[in-house]
Amino acid sequence: MPHHQGIAPGDSVGVVTTRRVTLFDASSPLRLTSGAVLAPVEVAYETYGDLSPTRDNAVFVCHALTGDAHAAGFHEGATRPGWWDSMIGPGRPLDTTRMFVVCANLLGGCQGTTGPGSVNPATGAAYGLDFPLLDMADFVTVHRALLAHLGVERLLAAFGGSLGGMQVLEWALTYPDDMATAVVIAASSRLSAQNIAFSAVAREAITRDRGFRGGQYAAEGTSPDIGLSIARMMAHITYLSEEAFNEKFGRKSQHGQIARGFGIDFAVESYLNHQGETFLSRFDPLSYLYLTRVMDYFDPFADVDALDAVRRHPVNYLVMSFDTDWRFSTEHSRRVVRALESSETPVTFREIESPWGHDSFLLEIPAYHDTIRAFLECPRGVVDA
Amino acid sequence: MTDGGRMTELRADLALVADLIPAGSRVLDLGCGSGDLLAHLMTTKHCRGTGVEIDPGGVLAAIRQGVPTIELNLDTQLGQFRDSSYDVVVLSRTLQAVHRPGVVLNEMTRIAPRLVVSMPNFGFWRHRLRLVGGHMPRSKDLPFDWHDTPNLHHATLIDLEAFFASQRLQVERRIVLDEEGRPRPGRGANLLAGSAIYVLGRA
Repeated sequence: MPHHQGIAPGDSVGVVTTRRVTLFDASSPLRLTSGAVLAPVEVAYETYGDLSPTRDNAVFVCHALTGDAHAAGFHEGATRPGWWDSMIGPGRPLDTTRMFVVCANLLGGCQGTTGPGSVNPATGAAYGLDFPLLDMADFVTVHRALLAHLGVERLLAAFGGSLGGMQVLEWALTYPDDMATAVVIAASSRLSAQNIAFSAVAREAITRDRGFRGGQYAAEGTSPDIGLSIARMMAHITYLSEEAFNEKFGRKSQHGQIARGFGIDFAVESYLNHQGETFLSRFDPLSYLYLTRVMDYFDPFADVDALDAVRRHPVNYLVMSFDTDWRFSTEHSRRVVRALESSETPVTFREIESPWGHDSFLLEIPAYHDTIRAFLECPRGVVDA
Repeated sequence: MTDGGRMTELRADLALVADLIPAGSRVLDLGCGSGDLLAHLMTTKHCRGTGVEIDPGGVLAAIRQGVPTIELNLDTQLGQFRDSSYDVVVLSRTLQAVHRPGVVLNEMTRIAPRLVVSMPNFGFWRHRLRLVGGHMPRSKDLPFDWHDTPNLHHATLIDLEAFFASQRLQVERRIVLDEEGRPRPGRGANLLAGSAIYVLGRA
């Protein structure tokens, strides 16, 4: 994929480290939308660039379903950069010579932030299914607590793709005063039946795996590896377009020639297998259940008052979709645009041409990056809305 | 519009359109190009609004100016906008380039009570001379070769005004422009105007 391998304009932020901070503890626990309380809550995060003396250059990056705090640069000794390295760095669209960029692993995740795999202080064992159900608003509560910890009162932009974009939407609708701009990429304000169906099958694959043990797999020393890898393989099919699969693999055989049978014969089978395998070492099955469920229930415009706050404090929105994305098709983005625009919120929308499907938001596509540059280039007061 | 922080002059015909729009209006500019009109209205007349453009270069330029810009197709996607959600809808030199002008005017009428529409005048004397001489019209207002033009429909001002009437649109005001884009009061507009700007209301 040329867009993957091309060297992004601008530079890398270089070597970075993930930091951790406890934002909620027993004396001031996190109150969730459901009414449940959670403590302690530890958050893993990274920052790139410097916060300006006037604290007006901060950008918060929200990650997607399986992302983490490591958005840019390289961990010590690593050969692969963070997941959005093409977007963040000196001279890149999120230009770290001008901006202070923050990315945190979200609540319920498994890459350093408290989630269902963390130890429940009441039992001394992993929470498992005792972990409370989460809501999109809970992610935002924790992001805001991190910003308070970092001394950031108002953002230049909240920024995210896919589930990241959904967090940005929730955040900007609920606390529009927190930010000057909101960038919502390849996201949705309401999953379709088809979207929920894919999530449901993924969760079934995990929970029906014998190793799941009612969520107590950590205590019982098992692991629903088959279920989790099947969930990941299926999700990967939805992240790419048919055209992208044709371009990457076509009907190429994995071993030079087709040898009929039930093993890994086609290159695409090997790719999916690899994606499923590598996922096991970095993702927790319960996090997959909790986070996908948050997406299923997210429907901010169902609330008739959803747009009241943003009417009072208009945020400049940038909404983008990709024409071959069939996981969150352009119609999902148009729905967001219609809701915002009809409430007289300033909103900019583009559908970017790209053959790569949903994953396009992670790639360096010139029209896509040019749009973000143009949007962020336009001077907008961070202090006065 | 700003250029390196300095205000630059608005194109003459857009300045005339800007004068027709009341301060504080919510404006939808269809075919907004690089967003100059809206940027001007937002900075000088406290207007708010949205630009619509399909050309990628125009979209990027408009975004860079801070104009909320929605990339969509005028022929098929104006349904995106709610009934009476704007005060004014502007269509500058674009009606001749859409597939179905009647549908577009109808949508505009649905979206706002007031329309500002400008069109080149096919009946301009220079165009007539070109035709008499055996060639398709060309001028500053119609600068394209017949085989390489975005313009799908050509109308004289008389044709255009009859069409507005058939669409139940009332001409509230008409500004006739000469070939240089300057207002040209007086008679004989269908022969002497390079283009015209109309303010239209629901009849």
